[in-house]
Amino acid sequence: MSERASFLLKLMAGAGLLFLHLPLAFIVLYAFSTEEKSYQFPPPGYTTRWFAVAWERQDIWAALTLSVQVALIATALALVLGTLAAGALARTRFFGREAISLLIVLPIALPGIVTGISLRSAFAIADIPFSFWTIVLGHATFCIVVVYNNAVARLRRTSPSLIEASMDLGADSFQTFRHVVLPNLATSLLAGGMLAFALSFDEVIVTTFTAGQQTTLPIWMLTELIRPRQRPVTNVVAVFVMAVTFIPILAAYYLTRDTADVAGSGK
Amino acid sequence: MTSPAVRFDKVSRHFGPVKAVDEVDLAIAPGEFFAMLGPSGSGKTTCLRLIAGFEQPTGGAIEIFGEHVEGVPPYRRAVNTVFQDYALFPHMTVAENVAYGLRIKGVDKRSRRLRADEMLSLVKLSGYGDRKPAQLSGGQRQRVALARALVNEPKVLLLDEPLGALDLKLREQMQGELKSLQHRLGITFVFVTHDQTEALAMADRVAVFNEGRIVQVGSPEEIYERPRTRFVADFVGGANVIEPAAAARLGLPEGLWSLRPEKIALGGGDGEAIRLQGRAQEVQYQGAQRRVTVDLGADRLVMVVPAGVANFGEGEPVALSVPAAALNRMEG
Amino acid sequence: MTATTATSPPRTRTSLRGRVSDLLASRPKLLALVLVLPPLLWLGLVYIGSLLALLLQSFYSIDEFTGLVVPEFGLSSYRELLAPANMDIIVRTVTMAALVTLASGVLAFPIAYYAARYAKGRTKAAFYLLIMLPLWSSYLVRVYAWKLILAKEGVLTWAAEETGTLPLLDGILGLPVIGGPSLSVSYIGTFIVFVYLWIPYMILPIQAALERVPRSYLEASADLGARPAETFRTVVLPLAMPGVVAGSIFTFSLTLGDYIAPQIVGPSTYFLGQVVYVQQGTAGNIPLAAAFSVVPIAIMAVYLTVAKRMGAFDAL
Repeated sequence: MSERASFLLKLMAGAGLLFLHLPLAFIVLYAFSTEEKSYQFPPPGYTTRWFAVAWERQDIWAALTLSVQVALIATALALVLGTLAAGALARTRFFGREAISLLIVLPIALPGIVTGISLRSAFAIADIPFSFWTIVLGHATFCIVVVYNNAVARLRRTSPSLIEASMDLGADSFQTFRHVVLPNLATSLLAGGMLAFALSFDEVIVTTFTAGQQTTLPIWMLTELIRPRQRPVTNVVAVFVMAVTFIPILAAYYLTRDTADVAGSGK
Repeated sequence: MTSPAVRFDKVSRHFGPVKAVDEVDLAIAPGEFFAMLGPSGSGKTTCLRLIAGFEQPTGGAIEIFGEHVEGVPPYRRAVNTVFQDYALFPHMTVAENVAYGLRIKGVDKRSRRLRADEMLSLVKLSGYGDRKPAQLSGGQRQRVALARALVNEPKVLLLDEPLGALDLKLREQMQGELKSLQHRLGITFVFVTHDQTEALAMADRVAVFNEGRIVQVGSPEEIYERPRTRFVADFVGGANVIEPAAAARLGLPEGLWSLRPEKIALGGGDGEAIRLQGRAQEVQYQGAQRRVTVDLGADRLVMVVPAGVANFGEGEPVALSVPAAALNRMEG
Repeated sequence: MTATTATSPPRTRTSLRGRVSDLLASRPKLLALVLVLPPLLWLGLVYIGSLLALLLQSFYSIDEFTGLVVPEFGLSSYRELLAPANMDIIVRTVTMAALVTLASGVLAFPIAYYAARYAKGRTKAAFYLLIMLPLWSSYLVRVYAWKLILAKEGVLTWAAEETGTLPLLDGILGLPVIGGPSLSVSYIGTFIVFVYLWIPYMILPIQAALERVPRSYLEASADLGARPAETFRTVVLPLAMPGVVAGSIFTFSLTLGDYIAPQIVGPSTYFLGQVVYVQQGTAGNIPLAAAFSVVPIAIMAVYLTVAKRMGAFDAL
C-alpha cells in the first residue's frame, strides 16, 4: 500500500466534508440578505438589520429563555444520573449490568419519535398536563447517555489503584470521592455537560411531543420553517442556534482532546 | 511487644471457584523485611491486598500487631502501600501527593508541607515538590510513592512489585536503597515480587507461593540451598531436580533431590564425591560463566562453569563430580 | 464462604458517615447498587414506563363519535395500520431508509477511509471535529439549510443556470414519482436532506472499524501478492463491514423515525413519523399513533438482531 492517498480518495473525502459544511455557510449568508419574501440566490443585497430586528422580538427572547432553562436543568439532572450510572457500571460486574447499559443508550438509539410518542402516551395515561417539567423530563432522559459515555470512558481509563491508594492513605469512601474521584472526572463531566446542553438546546423531535403549547427556540424555528413569517429573522436565529451549539461542542472537544473521551457514535 | 507484625491464620480468599489464597498461615516479625515470591497468579498479591484491606478474607483470621482486622477498611489500618503502578494522583503535585495522608488526618497546611519536604529529601527528591507526577521519570515516581506511604508512619509498609517497572540498573540501585531505608526506619516491610534474585537480595525471609498456598518460608539461604519441593527448586534459580529413578541410575542415595548447577564440579573432586561421565549437549555462553547441559545417557544435569576454567564444544566428553553435601533431599 | 473465626468485632466509628463509608468500601457490589439505583429508577420509570404506556395505548382504540380514547384492549389500531394507504406509508418510509443508508455508506466510506488511514496529527483532529460538529449540533438548522439550497429560486437553480445544466435539472425534476415542481418539494430533496443529516453517524463507526485494522494486515496481503485493489476488496472491506453495519443502524433508525425533515423538504405525502405526529396531535388519535410507532421499534428490533450477529456492536 502506498503511504499517500490517491488523488481520487482525497477528492472524495474533501467533497464529502464540503457536503457536510457548505450548506451551513449559506445559512450565514442568508442572514444578511435584503430579500424578505423568498430564498432568492444570490441575494439582491446585504444588510445587518435583521440582527437588530431579531433582537427586538419578544417571542424569540421568550423561546430562548425557555430553551436555556430547560437545557440547564436537563443537563444538571443528566450530570447527576449519568455520573452515578458510570460509577456503577465502569468496573463492577453484577447481574443485569448489560441490560442497564443498554437501557441508558436506548433513549438515543431508538428514533426520537418513539421516545417522544412514548412520553406523550405516558402523560396521557397518567393525566399529566404539559408543563416546563414534561420537557425537562424528556430531555434529561436522552441526555443521561451523553454524560454517561464521557464519565465511563474516563473512569475506565483511571487506574483503580488510585482509589485504593486514597483509602490506603486514610481517606474514607466520601473523602476519596471528594479528593480523588471527582477531580479526575471533572473535565470529562464538564465535557459531557456541555454536549448534553448542546443536545438539549437543539432538540426538537422529542420536544414537540412533550411541550404542548410551550415554545422552545427549536420549536419556534420549526413553526417559522413550516409557515414562514419573516424569513430573514429565522435565518438570524438559525445562525445564533448554530453558534450556541458549536461553542460547547468545541469546548468539550478541547477538554477531552488528549483522552479522546467524546464518544461520537454514542450519541 | 511479642505479637507478630502480621499474622495469617488459615486465611483464604476465594473468588467463586478460584482459590486465589487457600488456608495460608503466616507470621511476619516486627521489623522484618519479608518477601512474598511466586509466579503470577500464585496468590502473593492477593495476600498483600488482604493485609492492606483491599480484599477481605473469605475464611481465616488476619492480625496486624495483635489486632484482628477482618472487616476493617483500608483507611483504618496502620499499613500503607506502594503500588505497582505507583498510583500517584495525577491532579496533585508531588508534594500534595506526599501530604495526602496528612491532609486527610487534618494536619494543617504548613506542617504537612514541611513533613512532605522532609520525606522527599529522605527519598532524595528535594525540590521536586511542585512538579506533577507526569513530569517525573519512572524511578522518581517510585520514590514519590514511597515517600507518600512513609509519611504516615505506617507500622507495616506493603510494596507490590515495587521495582517491576524499572530498568535493570535502576532496579539494582533501588534494591540497595530500599534495604537501607528499611534498616534506618525499622518498619516492617512486606514486598511482593516474582523476581527471585530480588527477593533473595533484599529480604530477611522469603515466602514462596504457588497456587494460592505458601510452599516454603525461610531465609534466602534456606530457600536457595534447601528447597523443600520440586516447585521451589525449579522456581528459585533453576536447580537440577533429580527424580528417584534417576537417582538410582546415577548411583545417588534413594529419594528426590535438588542440586544447584554451580555445586557440580569438573573433574574428580574429593573422596566422598559422586563421579559421573557424560557429554556436553548444549553450551550456553553467559559472560562470567557458561551454562552446560550434560547428557548422562538417560539423564541430564545442568552445571555452570566459570569463564576461563575450561572450554568445550557441544558433543565433547565431560567428567564431573557431585559433592555429597551439595545434594538436597526434597519432599516427594 | 466460611465465617471468620475467633475474631473480636472490628473497631467501629459511631458516626453514621463512618459506618456508611465502611459498608461501601467493603462491598463494591453494594456501592454499585446504591449508585445505579437513581438512574435505574429514572430510566425505568420515565423511559420503560413510557414505552409500556405506548404499547398499552396502541391496543386502545378511539371512539369515532366522541373522539375520545377508549381504554379497552383491542387490535383495532393495528387493523387500521394494515389499511392500504397506511401500508403505503410504511413501505415508502422503509424504502427511503434503505436508500438513505445505502447512499450514506457509499459517501461515508472514502471520508472514513481517508481519516483512518491517511490523516495524521492536526489533519486528523480537524477531520474528527468536522465530522463531530454536524453530528452534535443544529439538526433543524441543517434541514433548513437545504430548504434554502433546494428552493426553486435558491442556490441550486442558480448554479444550474450559471453552468448551463438547467435542462438536466429540469429533466431530473420531470422524473415521475421522485421529481416535482422544485427539489425542495420532491422525494429527491427529502433523500438528499436525510443523507446529509445522518452521514456523520455512518462515518464515525466505519472510521473506528478501519482504525482497528493493523497496517501489518495490509502489508501481509501485499506481501502475499495482492494488488492494492485486491487487498481492499479481500481484507479492508470485510474488516470494515461491522462498522458499516453499525453506522447503518443509525442511518436506518433515524430515517425511519424522522418527521421533521420530510415536512420541511419534500412532497406533501406522509412518512411514518409524520403520521405518528399528526395522529397524536391534530387528529387526537393516540392509539393509532402508538400503533404506528411500534412499527419502527419492530423493524429496528429485527435490524439490531441481524446486526448483532454480524458483530456490529463491537464497532459502536
